Amino acid sequence: MSTTESAHVPLETSSPASVAEIPVAMAQTRHSLLVRLTHWIITLSFFALLLSGAEIIVSHPRFYWGETGNVLTEPLFKIPIPASRNLVPTGYGYVLPDQNGWSRALHFQSAWLLVLMGLLYMIGGIVSGHLRKDLLPGIRDLSWQSLVDVITHHLRIAPGGQDASSYNVLQRVTYLFVIFILFPLVIWTGLAMSPAFDSAIPATVNLLGGRQSARTLHFFVSIALVIFLMVHVVMVWREGFKCRMRAMITGRTATGKERI
Amino acid sequence: MSKLSRRKMIVTGLTATAGASALSLAAHLAQKYGLVPPDHGGLYGPGETLTYASMRLLTRHSLAREFSRNQISQRPLQNEVAPFSEEFKRHQAAKFVDWRLVVDGMVERPMSFSVDQLKSYPSHSQITEVVCEEGWSYIAEWNGVPLSYILDLVGAHPQAKYAFYFSIEPDWWESMDMADAMHSQTIVTYGMNGDELPVGNGGPIRIRLPRQLGYKSVKFLNRLVVTDDVKKFGKGLGSVSPETGYAWYAGI
Repeated sequence: MSTTESAHVPLETSSPASVAEIPVAMAQTRHSLLVRLTHWIITLSFFALLLSGAEIIVSHPRFYWGETGNVLTEPLFKIPIPASRNLVPTGYGYVLPDQNGWSRALHFQSAWLLVLMGLLYMIGGIVSGHLRKDLLPGIRDLSWQSLVDVITHHLRIAPGGQDASSYNVLQRVTYLFVIFILFPLVIWTGLAMSPAFDSAIPATVNLLGGRQSARTLHFFVSIALVIFLMVHVVMVWREGFKCRMRAMITGRTATGKERI
Repeated sequence: MSKLSRRKMIVTGLTATAGASALSLAAHLAQKYGLVPPDHGGLYGPGETLTYASMRLLTRHSLAREFSRNQISQRPLQNEVAPFSEEFKRHQAAKFVDWRLVVDGMVERPMSFSVDQLKSYPSHSQITEVVCEEGWSYIAEWNGVPLSYILDLVGAHPQAKYAFYFSIEPDWWESMDMADAMHSQTIVTYGMNGDELPVGNGGPIRIRLPRQLGYKSVKFLNRLVVTDDVKKFGKGLGSVSPETGYAWYAGI
């Protein structure tokens, strides 16, 4: 694992000439400006996507498998909530107000922001070596023993004391999974619901088994992302909320003892 | 330290200037190549514009997916519409013999078409999916005359940019750009699953625009206007949808 400042030099001062000028406090930088900026903009986009996505589901809280699905076909499952359209038989005696217009607009605009920030993170992460140095687990760490060690540590009643200057192996594997599996999947299943995009690249939806399958998968991948978010926040809390929030906002960590 | 911040300021200034110039160049090019939707203003304008521009570049000639006959939905959905107007009920009672589709605007020869006249033109049949923005969908076979055929008949001006189309029912109108209007799968639809188009699915005639969501396929079609000026219609946002919060471009 990289613990020296070299991996954590902020992007804007990474040229050799300026390294010498970095004040001592800056050398403690935990997260580069690129990571902090994209982290928070993606967080914001994700919450907007979650809110608008939930609102869109309210217009048809039924999920199907295959190409087609509607109120005349058998659903795979239903979410037991009232709907914003009277087309859907929900068992509730009322219909919620239609919020689909702004929800869809917010959903797609946030998706654009998330995708553009994701691309910026990827390109910046490759150029700066962040992905390789900070996220790719070392060969030695990729053993069951080290995974078990990290998990055992987290299961202890009094957590903390862990080195906060770099990601542990469990974090690395999880973040890579979220960045390279869950986010691409949620984008893919989302795009598969676009009739125009499907006209250009039909495999987008055909490989998923049809547009209703794509919609259902989009829902489940979103749930997986929400679970990640919850665990992520709990871990940040347990390991020292103030310290880690400061690191992700200002980029700096307190010197010496990490915990709180 | 001051040296660093001075350089930082210069770099930031240059980046901002370059960014602003790039944006204004992009806006100019987008306008020139018709990549800006009529509802590009407002809070969600950037998202709408990015979506429309990228889809327009990606899908100018691509075809909506077509399905095999055995994928046609057994029970095609007829989603509810507002109660019919007196005018529509009169037409329905008369079995739509006097129904007309009026086509005018930027055309050489404004014309009006009866349903039978439309049926006498070369027909196009497609098995495509109706996709609602709510999430549901169904597949049906649709028969009609390509809109491009009608636009050739009336002699649409080459400088026209949009086709506006209206339902006989109030406050129900949309528009599409000429790339969609001339697309081979955009049809004035009068038949469904080998039969006449049922009233419940938009009969006697409706638009089918299978590369966009269902709400663009206006039902009970009776007027089409070719134009280069979106400002002449409603609030100038391209259709009634943006006036109620929905996107003008519904390819996603």
